[in-house]
Amino acid sequence: MNQDLFAAKYQAQWQLFEQWLNSLDNTIPKDKRPKFDATADIPHIYRQLCHHLSLAQSRHYSAHLVEYLNQLTLRGHQYLYQTRTKSAVGFQGFVFHEFPRLIRERWKLFWLAALLFYGPSLGIAAAIQISPELVYSVIPPEQVSSFRYMYDPQGEHVGRNRDSGDDFLMFGFYIRNNISVGFQTFAGGMLFGLGTLFYLIYNGLVIGAVAGHLTEIGYAETFYSFVIGHGSFELTAIVIAGMAGLNLGAALVRPGQLTRLEALKQASKVSMKMVYGVILMLVIAAFLEAFWSSKGAIAPGIKFAVGACLWLFVLVYFLFAGRRRAA
Amino acid sequence: MQVNEAIIDTRRPIETPEGVELGLRVAGPIIRGYAWFIDLCIRGGMYFLFAFVLSLLGSLGLGLFLIVMFLLEWFYPVYFEVYRKGATPGKKYLGIKVINDDGTEVTLQSSLIRNLLRGVDFLPFMYGFGLFAMLYSRDFKRLGDLAAGTIVVYQDKMKEAVPIVQEAPRTPPVSLTANEQKAVIQFAERHTLFTPQRSAELANILENVTGTREGPAVKRLLQYANWMLGRR
Repeated sequence: MNQDLFAAKYQAQWQLFEQWLNSLDNTIPKDKRPKFDATADIPHIYRQLCHHLSLAQSRHYSAHLVEYLNQLTLRGHQYLYQTRTKSAVGFQGFVFHEFPRLIRERWKLFWLAALLFYGPSLGIAAAIQISPELVYSVIPPEQVSSFRYMYDPQGEHVGRNRDSGDDFLMFGFYIRNNISVGFQTFAGGMLFGLGTLFYLIYNGLVIGAVAGHLTEIGYAETFYSFVIGHGSFELTAIVIAGMAGLNLGAALVRPGQLTRLEALKQASKVSMKMVYGVILMLVIAAFLEAFWSSKGAIAPGIKFAVGACLWLFVLVYFLFAGRRRAA
Repeated sequence: MQVNEAIIDTRRPIETPEGVELGLRVAGPIIRGYAWFIDLCIRGGMYFLFAFVLSLLGSLGLGLFLIVMFLLEWFYPVYFEVYRKGATPGKKYLGIKVINDDGTEVTLQSSLIRNLLRGVDFLPFMYGFGLFAMLYSRDFKRLGDLAAGTIVVYQDKMKEAVPIVQEAPRTPPVSLTANEQKAVIQFAERHTLFTPQRSAELANILENVTGTREGPAVKRLLQYANWMLGRR
């Protein structure tokens, strides 16, 4: 069959299909979107269209016709084979089953990330007890004095700089700052894990140095009563962000039976699930830090008690949540 | 006339479950750079707008502004890729979009992966690693695209069909291969878009087939094309 006849014969079918595509296209303004009569057998028309495309290709019909059919088939392919973005387990299923299970399943990676984070942290904190000037090798002097100001037991507003505003402002600040750090820790895994390694160790050192310094000058009570509450979620989330990054790095360094690219693709799907959890935990941490930890009126004893409960909660959550079969 | 299309073309074939091969044209670093710049300007504008509106709300507004900034920094592309057919405003303006490398629409998960890994592509400065990865990989994938399994392709607007000029059909003197026939038909399709001089110049190449030059040669080729299209 020659091209003109071919086009004349099937044109109506192609136009019908195009109309169906346009009726679903949300980038076309609503009033210009055509209505579509639902009785047409779309999958059948689509298969016909595929057939026409390969005929047009093999019969060397004009480039324009082939391109037209190609575009139409491609759009149809994208609609008919699109995957649902909805997670199979839903939000509740993720929080109460999938996420804690995933962390338990990769417990070695968790402890590796924890070691990389807490190791340098405890190391430098201990070293500062012996030679206090070490704090300046990690944190610049002006920042050290601002930390001192923030956790001064005589200070009016614990955990805040003199120029920072109220609780909600700080909430926004913690959201932006902490979650960005979490994302960077994850993304650093793409550099064969080196970026993640850097962020874990560096953040560990900074936190350890601040804690060590404030302990050494006797501000321990104000500092620890401030950080213990949100620390449960925040520090654990940073470790999990590290896990996500190390998971990417491990896929690149040791892909096993897969190609590096395939290993990376599979690992990034798993890592992404960890990152979902990290986001959630850091939002909770930001909330606690802005609206609970900063309340100077609450006695340190109560803060320690609540903080201990929060740590226990995180521990129990990761140890036991999702042990039973999902409903 | 045999050209190895695999080498000089950026067309990426994907096979559908129906067994047909679809062609996608992947977008290179330059046009993606432009799209990124347009989006940067739009985002900049949005910062100003939000800064202005939210500053009226005092420190509550400032807190909200920080959250908005966070969302714009990381999720601006994700929103458009997932809910606006794979294209941020910049990409849409330039006619490119993000899809999965199996040809399906980008999912929330792959969009998140490619955009959260943007930070690494940006290193050591101005998308250095990203550019390197794009030039080094097939299909111009930056690191985020490699991990997410996504590609950026041209979203071709269908051009109006240019009908091939009616001429009395004429059988070519020699039998032409499939590719040669295709070339002649494409010449006939595009000939109205060329200047007459360019048409003649191209037709002259086939002097030993048509046996003439200039105007008559062009006409001859159009006649062959008409014959090949089956207009008898």
